[in-house]
Amino acid sequence: MKLRLETAAMDALTVRLFDTIDESNMAWIIAADQTLRKALGEALIDLIPSYTTLLVHYDCQQLTFAQVTTLIRGALRHLTPAESQNGQLHEIPVWYDESVGPELGGVAKRAGLSVDALIERHCNHDYCVFALGFAPGYGFMGLVDEDIATPRLKTPRRKVAPGSVGIADRQTAIYPLLSPGGWNILGRTAVPLFEYAKRGEPLLRPGDKVRFKAISKKEFEAAGGDTTPMEERS
Amino acid sequence: MSQAMLTVKQAGPLALIQDTGRFGVGHLGVTQGGAADWVSFRWANWLLGNASDSAALEIVMGGNLTLVANAEVRLALTGADLGATVDGQPLTTNTSFLLRSGQTLIFRQPRRGLRAYLAFPGGLNAPKVLGSRACTAREQIGGLHEDGKPLQTGDQLIWHGGVTAEHVMPEGTKPAMPEKSCQLSMVLGSQAAHFAGRSLYDAFSQAWTVDNRADRMGVRLTGKPLRSSLGGIISEGIPLGAVQIPPDGQPIILMNDRQTIGGYPRLGALTPMACALLAQCLPGTEVRLRPVSASQAQVAYRNQMRVWQ
Repeated sequence: MKLRLETAAMDALTVRLFDTIDESNMAWIIAADQTLRKALGEALIDLIPSYTTLLVHYDCQQLTFAQVTTLIRGALRHLTPAESQNGQLHEIPVWYDESVGPELGGVAKRAGLSVDALIERHCNHDYCVFALGFAPGYGFMGLVDEDIATPRLKTPRRKVAPGSVGIADRQTAIYPLLSPGGWNILGRTAVPLFEYAKRGEPLLRPGDKVRFKAISKKEFEAAGGDTTPMEERS
Repeated sequence: MSQAMLTVKQAGPLALIQDTGRFGVGHLGVTQGGAADWVSFRWANWLLGNASDSAALEIVMGGNLTLVANAEVRLALTGADLGATVDGQPLTTNTSFLLRSGQTLIFRQPRRGLRAYLAFPGGLNAPKVLGSRACTAREQIGGLHEDGKPLQTGDQLIWHGGVTAEHVMPEGTKPAMPEKSCQLSMVLGSQAAHFAGRSLYDAFSQAWTVDNRADRMGVRLTGKPLRSSLGGIISEGIPLGAVQIPPDGQPIILMNDRQTIGGYPRLGALTPMACALLAQCLPGTEVRLRPVSASQAQVAYRNQMRVWQ
């Protein structure tokens, strides 16, 4: 871990801790997140942690540029990584099927695997949640087995159904709501990722782990899953 | 007497309930939202003596948005001149006015600027989602029905009410609407070092054109392409106004409804005041980027905030 503060905007700084993606970053990022929230208090407007950085948006009517940099450096001087057992393990049931996961066949073929073997490979790892972003509750997870890593679609879909589970390179994610997207979709889950009306809290948090579990169409329907085939393609 | 309200007789292309935005939720992946021209938005509330974060209408383009009152109400109009009329009589922007029971308020088309703001006594009444009434279509969150939808024909607008002030804008404080061209202040980010000297020169010496691919998420500029030695970066948090340079070298300025994290190199970020100005630029407007330091920008920002105190 080495700390660098970078100007991001008039009232925002990027706190850079690492240069590469690694699961071991997360304990540091989570610790820095907690420490900075405490240190900035009321002067903090937003704090967005990601794979290697934290974006600090502060209230420039309360703190000047010089004050905020001094404050952040001081707060992070003696940072120690967070306890790793803080994260939760979520088991996410997924119905892997061509009708709701149009790239299932293509990704399997590319990897030289049968569809069943691909599904097994995707389920065979506890993925780390690195960051939330792109859409409310959208967790960037990884790292996917190198053998099944697949680049994004050349042309993104205009509409990806909510609950779609996809991969892009060595990352995997679940689309919380209907949105455009360019990831390779393998299946669908009925688990809600973000229910703002009810809880206003996302299911996944940075540092959590996710294990996918293949289920049948019957089980998916029983869980309230929508079996409508992947919507309109662009 | 029935509830005082404005009924949407005809919805224009895009009228959204907005406030200052949704803060403290960026780490959940939830975007900031809020009035794109926050300066005009603040003025609209100020004219009525409202709290500065009271929800108002952001009206884009106009497009014959038609509102009818069932009771007398004082409203305030700021931002773009969208050819608004009350029963056919032209309205002056940057003032408050009385709309009487039965009168019809129509927004036609942009004559200067792009977004008008209409403030209501005490602010519009709409449910708060994650601490804000800001309406974000992409996230299906906020707005009148909590689903992120813009105003629909038949919608009924209700306000909190209370005594309203009749403030008048001091001379020389009216927010300028860009016409054919404008200057946008920008704070250089640390990734600027990865742009070749030639590209840095091009960034600040040429007139960029506002593209028609522009919305509340981002505004694309076209011109001589910029080159960075960073192909892509590891996705990280994106501030308001971030000047993102995708592989085609054409900048995208990320606005209120931007994705919270992203992986394109950034030259820096427009100041919040420049973002407000850009939100009023019609496609085809020429813009020049002007580098300022973060400290300079903060002074200008604090001076602006002081005007409303």
